[in-house]
Amino acid sequence: MDVELILKVYPYFLKAAVITVELSVLTTILGLICGALGTTARLSRFAIVRFLGAAYVSLFRGTPALIQLFLLYFGGPQIGIQLDAFSAGVIGLGLNIGAYMTETMRGAIISVDEGQGEAARTLGLSRAQSFRKVVLPQAMRLMIRPLGVNINAQIKGTALVSAISVVELTYTAQRYIGSTYKPFEMFFLAGILYLAIITITGKGVAYLDRRARLQ
Amino acid sequence: MTQTHPFVEIRHAQKSYGKLEVLKDISLTVERGQIVAIIGPSGSGKSTLLRAINDLDPLTAGEVWLDGLQVNKSLPHRQYEKHINEMRQQIGMVFQHFNLFPHLTVRENVTMAPKLLKKITDKEADTLAEEQLDHVGMLERIDYYPSQLSGGQKQRVAIARALAMKPKLMLFDEATSALDPELVEEVNLVMKKLAEEHMTMIIVTHEMDFAASVCDRVIFMDKGLVVEEGPPELVFKNPTQERTQAFLRKHLEGAK
Ligand SMILES: Nc1ncnc2c1ncn2[C@@H]1O[C@H](COP(=O)(O)OP(=O)(O)OP(=O)(O)O)[C@@H](O)[C@H]1O
Ligand SMILES: [Mg+2]
Repeated sequence: MDVELILKVYPYFLKAAVITVELSVLTTILGLICGALGTTARLSRFAIVRFLGAAYVSLFRGTPALIQLFLLYFGGPQIGIQLDAFSAGVIGLGLNIGAYMTETMRGAIISVDEGQGEAARTLGLSRAQSFRKVVLPQAMRLMIRPLGVNINAQIKGTALVSAISVVELTYTAQRYIGSTYKPFEMFFLAGILYLAIITITGKGVAYLDRRARLQ
Repeated sequence: MTQTHPFVEIRHAQKSYGKLEVLKDISLTVERGQIVAIIGPSGSGKSTLLRAINDLDPLTAGEVWLDGLQVNKSLPHRQYEKHINEMRQQIGMVFQHFNLFPHLTVRENVTMAPKLLKKITDKEADTLAEEQLDHVGMLERIDYYPSQLSGGQKQRVAIARALAMKPKLMLFDEATSALDPELVEEVNLVMKKLAEEHMTMIIVTHEMDFAASVCDRVIFMDKGLVVEEGPPELVFKNPTQERTQAFLRKHLEGAK
């Protein structure tokens, strides 16, 4: 392994890793928003809204994320959606992970004991109050860990945006391979950086989970 | 308007799940301050009837009235929500499995609903919690979480939580049947205390001795019908219906 080469190029990889982190953070935020909206839709009292929620989930989970990105980035201009690669990446991946997060959040909410909502309603709380004060706080604790799994998948998924030439880690590795012909070193370095990002995120999730459980 | 009406009135209650008729035309009344026990075999519809009173399990047909107001009035969704929330504030309910809120302390369990619905101050809420918990002998555990309590203690907190809304009527669905035998008495004592304070109560129970000692009236249900009702002395000692006799015989044997 060419350690000297790694030492020479790693600052550029660190810069690319920052882009990967940015992508991950923005995608996670968008994903959580989509997840919350999707969950609200899936649990709505109106059948049509529930259907829309279900359609969103099955569309985005039923097709490859890469196709979704290509459709948005390359196909978008045809229907008047003009996005730069980075934005297309965030929006595409965010919508995608939002579908998975919808199912995670909904799963956590419906696994809160039915008797909890009933007890709250029996006291005279409205549907919204009972959800906000009783069901949601308990569901939150249940959803931290599985959302962590979603986020983990999503960080690795940012590698896909290299296919629409966003200069993140994977794309950077490929570019340096073009000039150095050392794929092992380049992918190894990129891999280490992904591992670092994911390990730190995992620790953060575990911390939040522990804290929620202690309360 | 001096027209008198029963305090609680159920008129021709019917409930079906698909083809299964769980309640078949049940009518009954409860006067203010009365304590009524509902007994009967498993699956006879006792819980369904009790949960129809606060519209937790809406009836397929029939009416429920409390103190001159119809509980299960048919209204457009929004108005109905507002109406039922107001009605439910007047009807306390105690569940077999307590259903305390595990993420809240005992104090918060008791004060949450009054704080949200009656807009009382934090200080008033604290006084209320102390009062209600003292009443059920749980003041010492005010800052515990439900997971730190025994079953009997949980149920006493659940009763305090319901009482904190100052209900006119209390519903109990087998409040002691999830408890270890040695914890039953402490909950029964709290219920007896409520009885002495003339709280109107409808109690679904499997405990015949308890029903006999605190209730003014016993209702025996079977297969979605009221088969027999009357004062405990009569229903327990001289049941007129064959089905009641069979149920009591089986139950008393089981208790021995
Ligand atoms: N959500 C439901 N869907 C279908 N059937 C139901 C539902 N809830 C209750 N039932 C049925 O209704 C009947 C009456 O149930 P209910 O819980 O009222 O009986 P119970 O008298 O309270 O019995 P137990 O003593 O076991 O608590 C049962 O046959 C039960 O299976
Ligand atoms: Mg029952």
